[in-house]
Amino acid sequence: MSTTTHTDALDAVDAGAASLLRFATAGSVDDGKSTLVGRLLHDSKSVLADQLEAVEHASRNRGQEAPDLALLTDGLRAEREQGITIDVAYRYFATPRRRFILADTPGHVQYTRNMVTGASTAELAVVLVDARNGVVEQTRRHAAVAALLRVPHVVLAVNKMDLADYAEPVFAAIAEEFTTYAASLGVPEITAIPISALAGDNVVSPSANMDWYGGPTVLEHLETVPVVTDPGDDPGRFPVQYVIRPQTAEHPDYRGYAGQIASGVLRVGDAVTVLPSGRTSTIEAIDALGQAVDVAWAPQSVTVRLADDIDVSRGDLIAPTATAPGVTQDIEATVCHVADRPLAVGQRVLLKHTTRTVKAIVKDIPSRLTLDDLSQHPAPGELAANDIGRVVVRTAEPLALDAYADSRRTGSFLLIDPADGTTLTAGMAGDAFAQAAAEAAPADGADDEGWDF
Amino acid sequence: MTTVTAVTGNAGDADNPYALSHLDALESEAVHIFREVAGEFERPVILFSGGKDSIVMLHLALKAFAPAAVPFSLLHVDTGHNFPEVLDYRDRTVERHGLRLHVASVQDFIDRGELRERPDGTRNPLQTVPLLDAIEKGRFDAVFGGGRRDEEKARAKERVFSLRDEFGGWDPRRQRPELWQLYNGKHSPGEHVRVFPLSNWTELDVWQYIAREKIELPAIYYAHEREVFARNGMWLAPGEWGGPKDGESLETRQVRYRTVGDMSCTGAVDSDAGTIEAVIAEIAVSRLTERGATRADDKMSEAAMEDRKREGYF
Repeated sequence: MSTTTHTDALDAVDAGAASLLRFATAGSVDDGKSTLVGRLLHDSKSVLADQLEAVEHASRNRGQEAPDLALLTDGLRAEREQGITIDVAYRYFATPRRRFILADTPGHVQYTRNMVTGASTAELAVVLVDARNGVVEQTRRHAAVAALLRVPHVVLAVNKMDLADYAEPVFAAIAEEFTTYAASLGVPEITAIPISALAGDNVVSPSANMDWYGGPTVLEHLETVPVVTDPGDDPGRFPVQYVIRPQTAEHPDYRGYAGQIASGVLRVGDAVTVLPSGRTSTIEAIDALGQAVDVAWAPQSVTVRLADDIDVSRGDLIAPTATAPGVTQDIEATVCHVADRPLAVGQRVLLKHTTRTVKAIVKDIPSRLTLDDLSQHPAPGELAANDIGRVVVRTAEPLALDAYADSRRTGSFLLIDPADGTTLTAGMAGDAFAQAAAEAAPADGADDEGWDF
Repeated sequence: MTTVTAVTGNAGDADNPYALSHLDALESEAVHIFREVAGEFERPVILFSGGKDSIVMLHLALKAFAPAAVPFSLLHVDTGHNFPEVLDYRDRTVERHGLRLHVASVQDFIDRGELRERPDGTRNPLQTVPLLDAIEKGRFDAVFGGGRRDEEKARAKERVFSLRDEFGGWDPRRQRPELWQLYNGKHSPGEHVRVFPLSNWTELDVWQYIAREKIELPAIYYAHEREVFARNGMWLAPGEWGGPKDGESLETRQVRYRTVGDMSCTGAVDSDAGTIEAVIAEIAVSRLTERGATRADDKMSEAAMEDRKREGYF
C-alpha cells in the first residue's frame, strides 16, 4: 500500500496545465474489472481515508474479511445488493502527468448500451481478459463496440497473470489473437499489457514477476498515450448553439454566435458558409470566453461574429467554405438501440444532431449485427434494447452531417421519442467499421460485406 | 517483446500547439452545457447557495453569455441556518450582476406547519420540499446544480442532464443513456431537468479555477479565528439552530470551511490556510474527501445521498 507524500500531491496540483484523458473500462463479470479500477484509484492515491473507511465498514457488515474495492465503484443501492455494476459511473483521478476521467462501464451483454455510452466520449478503452480464459465472446463484443465507436486507443489488459504462472507464452498468444481481431475491425492502436489487478502487477508498479515484459504499466500507458489529434488536419465545424444579442447601450449592435468548435480550426478572416441555408460570409471576430483571439480550435467554446448580417440561428452549422460538408435528408448509419421499447421501420422520431433537432422517419432497418461473431441478420424489422444495426432515416429538414469516421462530434446523432422525449437510439453516420476492416477481411472469397453489414 | 502495438499509431503529441489544459477543457465543456440549456429550455434557474461550486457555476454562466446578461435567474433554498457571511455574499453578488434571486425558505414551511423540525436540528434534508415547491411555482423546466460526480458515489452515477419526474424524483435505474455531447433535454409537462455543468470537475479543479480566474469567495473558506464546538467529530459553529447543547463547550480555533451549507451539519476543519495557494496545497495533501470531512448528513447511512436524491434533493 502506498502512502501519499506531499511532493506527489503538490506535483499533482501543478498538473493544472496538464491534459485530460477520458477513458472507459470494459470487462466481463468476473474478469476483475472492479479490482483493476480499485487498484488504479488506490495505487494512484485517489482513494481517501474516509472512502476507504466506508468501504471497510461496509465490507465488514457484509461479513467479508478484506475490504471489497468494488464497493468503491458500485454507487447504487441495487448495485451493492446484487454485487454487479448496472450503470456507468464516472471516476476522477490525477497523477503529476495527467488528469483522468474514467467511465466505469458494466460488462454484461444486456448493458451494451452502457458500454456504448462510456465509449462515446472515451479516447481510450481498456478491455479486460482473464488470462486463463483468453479471448472469449465478450472480449470480441467489447472490441467491436470500441471499433464501432471509433475509440482511438485500445488497451488489452490480460489479467490474472498470477493464476497463469506469469507465463509469457500465455500472454503472447492472447495478445496476438486479440490484436489480429481488433486490427481487422479497424481499431487504430492496440497495446497489450500483462497484469494482475489483485496482486498489483503492471497496474501502477512494474511487475517483478514478469521481467520478460518490457512495456509500460497500465497507468504509465494512460499517462503517456497521445490524446490530442491535430485539429489543423480536420475541417472546421461550428454548430451554432445560441445567438448572443445584448441589445444594451454599450453593445447596441452586437450579434455573436455562441458554440463549441466541434472539429478543426477557425480563423478570423475565414470565408465561411452557413448550413443548411448555404449563405456565405467571413469571420470578423472570435471571442474565446472574454478574450478576442485570431484563431480558435476544437473543443473550445467561443463566440463568432460574421462580417455580414445574415440569418443564422441555433442549429445552423458554420464551416469554412472550402471544406464545408454537404447537406442531406437521407442518412444511413450504424446505431445502438438504447431504449427498452423497440425501434421499428416506419416509426416517427426526432433526430438530434449537434445543436439541431428535426423530425425524422425510420425508412429501413437493413440489418442487425450479432456482436459475438459479427454476423449480420438481414431485415430484422425492428431493433430491441442493446441491439446494434444499420438504419436508414429520412429527415424533414436537411442536415450538415459528416461521416462518423471523420468526426465523432458531427457524425453522431440521437433518435428521440417525440411523445415523451425518451432517448431511443444512438447513431453513427456512414460506414460501420473503419476501412481497415474491409482490407483485412479474410481472403475466403467474400468481399467486405462481412464487416460492412 | 511485449507491447503489441498494431497498425497505424496516431501521431499526436504532447507539445501540440492545439492542446488544451484540463481546466480549459472543463471550462469549455461547462460553457457548452449552459448554452445548450439556454437554447432548449423556457425557464431555467441556477441553484445558488453562495457556496464555491455555485459561485463557479455563476462565473461560468457569466462568461458563456458575455457581453449579454446571464439569461437565467437564481434560486436559493434558505434553510434559515445560513452563515451570515454567505448570505451577505449572495446579496452582493445578485446586486453586482443585476440578477434576479428567488428564495425558497425552509423557515416559512416550518412556520406554516408544512414541515416539522427534526430532533437533531438538521435542516439539510428539509430543503427538498421548499425546492420542489419553488420549482413548481416558478415553472422552472431546467434547474442548474453545482453537484460534482467526485463528491459522492451516488453522484458519480448522475447524468449531466438528469430528468426528474413530476414529484422531483430521481430513478437511477431509469436514467437516459447520455452519449457524446448530445444532451437530451426533452421532458413532459410537470417534469423538469436537473443540469450539472460541473459534473466532471473535482474539488481541486474548482479551487484551481477559482485561483486562475481570481474569483472572490465568502471569507469563511479561508482560515479565520472562530468559536466552534465539537460534535460527532466535527467542529460546528454555534447558532440559533441549536448548538451547543449541554455538555458541549465553545472554544476559539483557527478553522476554515471546505463546503458551505446548513450550519447544523456543515463542519469546519482546523486550518491555517489563509490564501488560495495555501488552500490548494492543503486540499492536495488531505486524506479526507470534502464531504467526508465536513458533512454530517452523508454519514447517516451508506445510501444517504442516493435516498435523498430519489426524493428530489439536488
